[in-house]
Amino acid sequence: MKRLSIALLALASFAQAEDFPQFRGVGGRGVSKETNLPLKWDETTNVRWKMPLPGRGLSAPVVSKGRVYVTAATGPEQKRLHVLCFDVKTGDRLWERQFWATGGTQCHPKTNMAAPTPIADGQRVYALFATADLVCLDHDGNLEWYRSLVGDYPTVGNNVGMASSPILIPGSVLVHMENVGESFAVAIDRVTGQNTWRIPRPNLINWNTPHLFQNGDKSEVVLATPNGLTAHDPLTGKELWRHTKSRPATMASMTSADGVLYSPGDVLAAVQPTGENVEPKVLWTSKNLPSGYSSPTVVGDFIFTCNNGGIVTCGDAKTGEKHWSQRAQGNTFSGSPLVADNKLFVLAEDGTTTVFEIAKEKKILTVNAVSTGDAKDAFMAGMVAADGAFFLRSDKYLYCVSERK
Amino acid sequence: MVTRGSLCLLLLSIAPLSAEEVPSLLLRLKAVGKEGSGNAEARKAWKELAGKGPEVLPQVLAGLGDADPTAANWIRSAVESIADKAARQGKPLKAASFETFVKDRSQSGAARRLAYEYLVKLDKTAPTRLLPTMLDDPGQELRRDAVEVILKDAANAKDAKAAYLKALEHARDKDQVTQVADSLKKLGVDVNLTEQFGFVTRWAVTGPFNNVKGVGFKTPYPPEAGVDLAAKYVGKDGVTCIWEETAPTDKLGLVDFNKVVDQLKGAVYYAYSVIESPKDQPVEIRAGSNNAVRIWLNGKEIYFREEYHHGMRMDQHTGKGVLKEGRNEILIKVLQNEQTDSWAQQWSFQLRICDHLGGRVPFANITPKLSERKKGS
Repeated sequence: MKRLSIALLALASFAQAEDFPQFRGVGGRGVSKETNLPLKWDETTNVRWKMPLPGRGLSAPVVSKGRVYVTAATGPEQKRLHVLCFDVKTGDRLWERQFWATGGTQCHPKTNMAAPTPIADGQRVYALFATADLVCLDHDGNLEWYRSLVGDYPTVGNNVGMASSPILIPGSVLVHMENVGESFAVAIDRVTGQNTWRIPRPNLINWNTPHLFQNGDKSEVVLATPNGLTAHDPLTGKELWRHTKSRPATMASMTSADGVLYSPGDVLAAVQPTGENVEPKVLWTSKNLPSGYSSPTVVGDFIFTCNNGGIVTCGDAKTGEKHWSQRAQGNTFSGSPLVADNKLFVLAEDGTTTVFEIAKEKKILTVNAVSTGDAKDAFMAGMVAADGAFFLRSDKYLYCVSERK
Repeated sequence: MVTRGSLCLLLLSIAPLSAEEVPSLLLRLKAVGKEGSGNAEARKAWKELAGKGPEVLPQVLAGLGDADPTAANWIRSAVESIADKAARQGKPLKAASFETFVKDRSQSGAARRLAYEYLVKLDKTAPTRLLPTMLDDPGQELRRDAVEVILKDAANAKDAKAAYLKALEHARDKDQVTQVADSLKKLGVDVNLTEQFGFVTRWAVTGPFNNVKGVGFKTPYPPEAGVDLAAKYVGKDGVTCIWEETAPTDKLGLVDFNKVVDQLKGAVYYAYSVIESPKDQPVEIRAGSNNAVRIWLNGKEIYFREEYHHGMRMDQHTGKGVLKEGRNEILIKVLQNEQTDSWAQQWSFQLRICDHLGGRVPFANITPKLSERKKGS
């Protein structure tokens, strides 16, 4: 009964189906229910608005209740952290809040301090930065609470940059800080900003994002580390089961569909959890469905992956059999593909989007491109769909792409 | 010159109704503790504070002075919220009160910088008027902007060399200092970056001690109990360790154990140096290393970090301490792990002594007296 109520709570959190509340959207699966989205766009076509951003960010925008939220980092050493709120319809910047980083800002040049994607749950915005600063604001920019995780756990962090995004779990936000210092996963109460539970994690460099897996009528928090997967009770953190038969990736994150968890890594493993203290059944593994920075997406009978060079691979989600692979246009790819309006959208760092048909045979429907006019500008985050529009963020601009004005 | 006292009088005259409440609200924000303790009380205080008018902004800004990093962010967001609300309600912010605050160097650098950003929005002439007076500013960001003004025009200045030398005198950030040094080199002036940054270059080193499977980080080998340059230690695999002198010639003070010693893996080396200080002075001991490090000043550990091969950056490891007048001892433990990847072979460090802005402090780097070892050996 208790677990059922947790599941209902979780479903209630995602009641705003048109929203895009967190990393890879509702459920963290990279699938949006949005329809009537534009198929074609360029710098002057179907761009409802385009707004400048104050600084870089690998974080994707999130959308809730007609507002889009974006994070960024600025300053010679990225010590200034930004949370911005825009009106979905007009692009008006409704508010901006800045914070001073309390943790270290050293990182690999590919990433930056605004790497984790924020959360907007309909009531509040939770923005985690690679500095281990976690901000909670209401939708008008009023500070609800602030956590300096470095202040709490001084050695947390690493010198290559943290990137795991927080996710919504029932009653809390889950933050996965797997690193060379104090390494942990912590559930933080959405209202109080205090720990609900905290469990130790391996001292490893890891950037992937946890997944809230729906196991029948129960929800389970699944954490991935190169040593394997562990599932935890979202209310207590208690370990429920462990999978050690594959080596999960440190960058690409899990996804799930119909009671199956898909974990990218040395192989893409489809695992089916059963019960507590029982190692999940491995349905299939495949080396022919490679991921890079981006995470796999499952829609219907298909699973899609994309590597850093833009090779998109389509496979059978039930068997792991590869159907096809095709290079998307563009040079390098960091953001995860998005399924929306029954199509697959793959965004390259240069702003080119290749649109694939979701089918057993490969077919590119169209290729769209926006260009900010700066060769150094990059679209590092995945595309987002909400409110009849796509949202794309580069280091310098936030785009709203829609046929509706 | 505006004093803290005159500022308070000014503030009291501006906000007689709310002046008594703001300090207590700030105290409630500053009471936020670890792991979110005090969040509920802080949220109430924040809402009350953010509901006030823009006349309290200087007071709120002043509250940043003794706030810890978490409380500072609570206060900062209250400043932003008050200012935003005032703008929505058509209540003009007063440039004069921000300028008074910016000019008050007794306030924290971060608070003054925040005030400066509001001032610039209200008065576009502020940068031109104020930045030239901020070259010696105690706040890092304001000082950086002031140096940037010189750098922007230095190349085309009538006396470019003088302009760059002026920038060099006041620059504290590595990128600005190196930019100036590069420009001066083209003008025939060699800048001694070792001295400019305050790198320590005279070391005695000993090792190797064992770090197989990372055991060395938490193992206190004999030098940690006190340095005796005449001592011999039993090191890794039974080797005899003695202190030996090394003096890097690298302009940024890099001591490369792979060259000084050997390309060892799973090993620990210690480096020791003696610093003469003309006075008691608070300092920062800043190191750069791609390896795990521990740092001691006068026998007290001031920094540690167990991380390997995730990028080396000058000043990435910073400990704080006080140089006492006369002789001081610095000991750094630099650990190499056993990774075999080609990108995981660096085993080196650089270390400098500076003030909280990264500026030079007076000290002399004395060669450790290895004659003591010779006498004892």
